[in-house]
Amino acid sequence: MNFFRRILFIVLFGFNVPFGHAALTIEITEGVESAVPVAVVPFASQNAPVNISAVVNADLERSGFFKMMPEQSMPGRPSTAAEVNFKDWQTLGQNYLVIGQVSDAGGGQYNVQFQLFDVYKNGQLLGYRMASSADDLRRTAHHISDLIFEKLTGKKGVFSGRIAYITTNNQGSKEQSQQLQVADADGFNPQTVASSVEPLMSPSWSPDGKKVAYVSFERKSAAIYVQTLATGERTRVAEYPGINGAPAWSPDGTKLALTLSKDGSPDIYVLDLSTRSLNKLTKSFAIDTEPSWSPDGSTIVFTSDRGGKPQIYSVPSKGGQEKRLTFSGNYNARASFSPDGKNLVMVHGNGNDYRIAVMDMATRSMNVLTSGQSDESPSFAPNGTMILYASKKGRTGFLSAVTLDGKMQQKLVFNSGEVREPSWAP
Amino acid sequence: MKLNKTLLALAIGTFLLSACSDDEKDASLTDGTQNTASGLNDASTSGLNKGSGAYGSEMDGSGINGVSSGNGDYASTLGPEFNDPNNPLSKRTVYFMLDSSQVLPDFVPVIAAHAKYLIANPSQHITLEGHADERGSREYNIALGEQRAKSVSSMMKIQGVSENQLEIVSYGEEKPKAFGSDESAWEQNRRVEIVYQAR
Repeated sequence: MNFFRRILFIVLFGFNVPFGHAALTIEITEGVESAVPVAVVPFASQNAPVNISAVVNADLERSGFFKMMPEQSMPGRPSTAAEVNFKDWQTLGQNYLVIGQVSDAGGGQYNVQFQLFDVYKNGQLLGYRMASSADDLRRTAHHISDLIFEKLTGKKGVFSGRIAYITTNNQGSKEQSQQLQVADADGFNPQTVASSVEPLMSPSWSPDGKKVAYVSFERKSAAIYVQTLATGERTRVAEYPGINGAPAWSPDGTKLALTLSKDGSPDIYVLDLSTRSLNKLTKSFAIDTEPSWSPDGSTIVFTSDRGGKPQIYSVPSKGGQEKRLTFSGNYNARASFSPDGKNLVMVHGNGNDYRIAVMDMATRSMNVLTSGQSDESPSFAPNGTMILYASKKGRTGFLSAVTLDGKMQQKLVFNSGEVREPSWAP
Repeated sequence: MKLNKTLLALAIGTFLLSACSDDEKDASLTDGTQNTASGLNDASTSGLNKGSGAYGSEMDGSGINGVSSGNGDYASTLGPEFNDPNNPLSKRTVYFMLDSSQVLPDFVPVIAAHAKYLIANPSQHITLEGHADERGSREYNIALGEQRAKSVSSMMKIQGVSENQLEIVSYGEEKPKAFGSDESAWEQNRRVEIVYQAR
């Protein structure tokens, strides 16, 4: 690749270029019968660069809560309240209706307005008008999705969120590299945050969403870095002999739990980020790894094979008695808590089959959510309703989202091909 | 064409002005420089290319003939015995059973041969790279890979190799030699690579 094309390649990768670069396909693998029927009518617009109603439609569909009406079935294209005939939508079984308009305000600014109606009660539930620059139109669309979602479900929306993940570029060629990317929750606008010819692993968001910790082999053996997203500046916080892995931020943002094998076998440590002091939490001769904090910061769950095969254990985050938590399935690993602390999501294996399962912390019952064969790296959405995870298939890897009850699954397909280790920003 | 050039100029200009990009660029440059300086980058890259099917490993009745990936280039410059298929020094990959870090009997003579060479050449360093197959969770597989590398290094140390000649790194499942979700790919990836270092 000659020099100039390389510059252009890096720039396209690093900036939000509206060339439709991150074309995202959503394949719905399973639907939900209890999903509420909603119609999002294409907004009346004057050639805005982003199709806002299409983004809203895709967001609401991905949540698993709604059954979206196909455009071709719509009896009309109202964009103002006066144009709406509720009877038309009632006969077609739609519970809610969203209409809107986008108009060019000049100077690269747009005015976006939308209204949400309860079809059977003939009434407006929401109505907003917002100004947006051309660059912010997708963000505005996601904000609209959040508002609608919160109104109709009572839960906080996650459509304005971001995800981090690892992707392999130019796979199989001499120019192969790994990248840590941050993108919108729907996979659009990917930005490369770190790039290396050596492996990158285990991205972990700080609680304030401003930093990411990750593992990099760029210096030939593993080290843990903390990078500030806005500036790209980073600090190497752990490079001990042996393994440096699985960084996990404490809920108060002051510490990282991590895996080090410097004392002989992989153990869980807590690193204080300001003093750089280390507190060793586990001392077995077995493999102890993959720590994750409870939302109140009191407990760390981790993977240990001290019983023979990997299972999930807990330990108080300041040190203390270790307890085994999982007893079902012959392999349980990479556990993390739901935001309300009530559930643990993990990789659950039986034979050659690895799936995502959720364990209720109160009853300890295990619910297997996905169909495998090689599912891994589950990450809860900040509103606790969905889990993002990765699936491996030979040389390729892709991300999927599944609802907490396992009823709705969607595959997220990125342009870049092989995608893995997703982490949903808090 | 004119539009593309303008875009390109704009793109370059913006790229050079942005602090964010500079740091990303620095990260990439740092990686590149360090890798080139140590000479190991070539090894890692070529290892992956070999994994795409150009080199296979054959299963015969008693064991698996290892194909040397990683820095096979340097070892092969040390002498004809390192390239002679009848000499154990030409075998620089040790394979493992599922969930195990125990050295199989077939590989004991291979490890012994390398240990003997290292004892006779005390300034020669090697890196033992541990790997795991793709199943299960990534960080746990990093730990499994390390266990395997440590098995090999323990065996060498027992035979008299000095600790400071041995370096260990685990790549878990991150640098597979074979791609595929079947037993044939998995068994090729459960391995330790013996990589001779140029010093």
